[in-house]
Amino acid sequence: MNPAYSVILFTTASGAGYGLLALLGLVGFNHGAASSQGFAFTAFLTALALITVGLLSSTLHLGHPERAWRALSQWRSSWLSREGVAAVATYPVALAFAAVWSGVVNAPSLIAPLGILTAIMCIATVFCTAMIYRSLRTIRQWNHKLVVPVYLLFALATGATLLAVVSLFFNRVQMPQLLLAGIGILATEIVKKIYWWSIDRVPRTHTTGEVTGLGKDVRMWELPHTNQNFIQKEMGFAVARKHRDSLRSVVLIALAVAFLAVITSIFLFAWAMLATLLLVAIAVVVERWLFFAEAEHVSMLYYGKGPM
Amino acid sequence: MTSLPASTSKKLGLVIDLDTCVGCQACATSCKEWNSQGVSAPLSDDKPRSAEPMGTWLNRIHGYEVHEVGKTDSRVVHMPRSCLHCEDAACVTVCPTGASYKRAEDGIVLVNPETCIGCKLCSWACPYGAREYDNASGVMKKCTLCVDRIYNENFEPEDRVPACVKACPTGARHFGDLGDVTSPVSQLVKDRGGYDLFTEMGYKPTNKYLPPRLRRDTATHVEALPKTDGSAIERLFSWADKLLTTKAATVTATEDHADRLEG
Repeated sequence: MNPAYSVILFTTASGAGYGLLALLGLVGFNHGAASSQGFAFTAFLTALALITVGLLSSTLHLGHPERAWRALSQWRSSWLSREGVAAVATYPVALAFAAVWSGVVNAPSLIAPLGILTAIMCIATVFCTAMIYRSLRTIRQWNHKLVVPVYLLFALATGATLLAVVSLFFNRVQMPQLLLAGIGILATEIVKKIYWWSIDRVPRTHTTGEVTGLGKDVRMWELPHTNQNFIQKEMGFAVARKHRDSLRSVVLIALAVAFLAVITSIFLFAWAMLATLLLVAIAVVVERWLFFAEAEHVSMLYYGKGPM
Repeated sequence: MTSLPASTSKKLGLVIDLDTCVGCQACATSCKEWNSQGVSAPLSDDKPRSAEPMGTWLNRIHGYEVHEVGKTDSRVVHMPRSCLHCEDAACVTVCPTGASYKRAEDGIVLVNPETCIGCKLCSWACPYGAREYDNASGVMKKCTLCVDRIYNENFEPEDRVPACVKACPTGARHFGDLGDVTSPVSQLVKDRGGYDLFTEMGYKPTNKYLPPRLRRDTATHVEALPKTDGSAIERLFSWADKLLTTKAATVTATEDHADRLEG
């Protein structure tokens, strides 16, 4: 599949934003009011900016961005629509939580319920994003049970790292935050590694002969056209195995070093979390690019590709 | 609503005969022509006269080389491909806006160009690669089964068929109700062993393909000229033919022919 930069930016930025926002909700649920308004505003606006930039970026690849509001209507059947509904519904809940948690509105009894609700909405939104891909039967690498956990774990890893970094600036970083970032990064690394191992060993059974119904030994003889068409440009993107392997290594090494940086930050030097942030950002962008580039669409079998 | 209808009263679709299709592209070009001027947004082309022309087409004809079991030579099979108007059409259910829909009355899958946002997700959901995004209009395009022809009362009844069916010079394309077991297309599918494409995906396509017939390696011997029976009348004609076909007449005929070739 063609890795569209707008969609990569959308899933990575909004994933980090929802991860951070969910954790802020849980912080509020656990501890009540924020330690300072400066911290509350900075953390909340960071999350909100990432989410909003991501959502706006996702509308950039549309043919008609001005009609994007229509995407809220088909939540009964479409995961893309459900994601839109969840994203829009999260805004008022998150704003209400931020108002009471920061103390702008004085209602301490609402902090815990609004905090847990915000966290649930964030998880639901990232879940819907992942389900857009997970639900497509046409792409083996996406129609996989680890796609949703990987999306949620990357949101946790990037969100927890952001929370620790913002806390550092306000001199209120705590051991549980660093531990959460470390555990999130380690879990992401392990699950992503299992995902790659799993998609590599699934037998490639679909062939051109199968999809055309013409027998076992079928070869593309003539294309319907002289130049590439939309289907080939959109679905036919393929990454060479050599580059795929080196990019997978980039993700795994970046996450491993990010984990070591968290350990460093716990025991030696708290500002090592800035290195963690940079490394986690590199890992998530490369991972998301690969998520698209590695995905093989069965329609390419009609163009002589395969087996897949 | 992008939820699929529980059932459709008709299942309009195409039956394509892979035995008689010669890959002439007439169905593709007539489709492009009809749908460039029809009710929906036109099928645009991008740099059509450049070194890298691109354009939106709803019907594309692939050619496959097929090796049959037990045969040494391969054969070429031409396969026209367009939307199959599936019963379980995931391209419809993934649509976030309701622009993509399946009609309960006849099973045709359509895109409303007024409400499509051009997110391309439906093209990802289609295993057949039947939906193409139109850059100029920013919406998704697909086969409409010429919905603006088949019900068009301004046309003579025999013209109320999809443009591709009307154009096919070998009669390889058939249009009708595949939900009615007594319809001519259903009978054709039954008689010729028509099949669904890529059933492993579970989309339940409506369109059917008729497989190429088994190839015969030995031709039936046919005499090029009728044998003479040796009767008196035939001998008379033979004698007259020799007498009248002078050498000069043969030379003139050859010269005439040569002139025509040069001219």
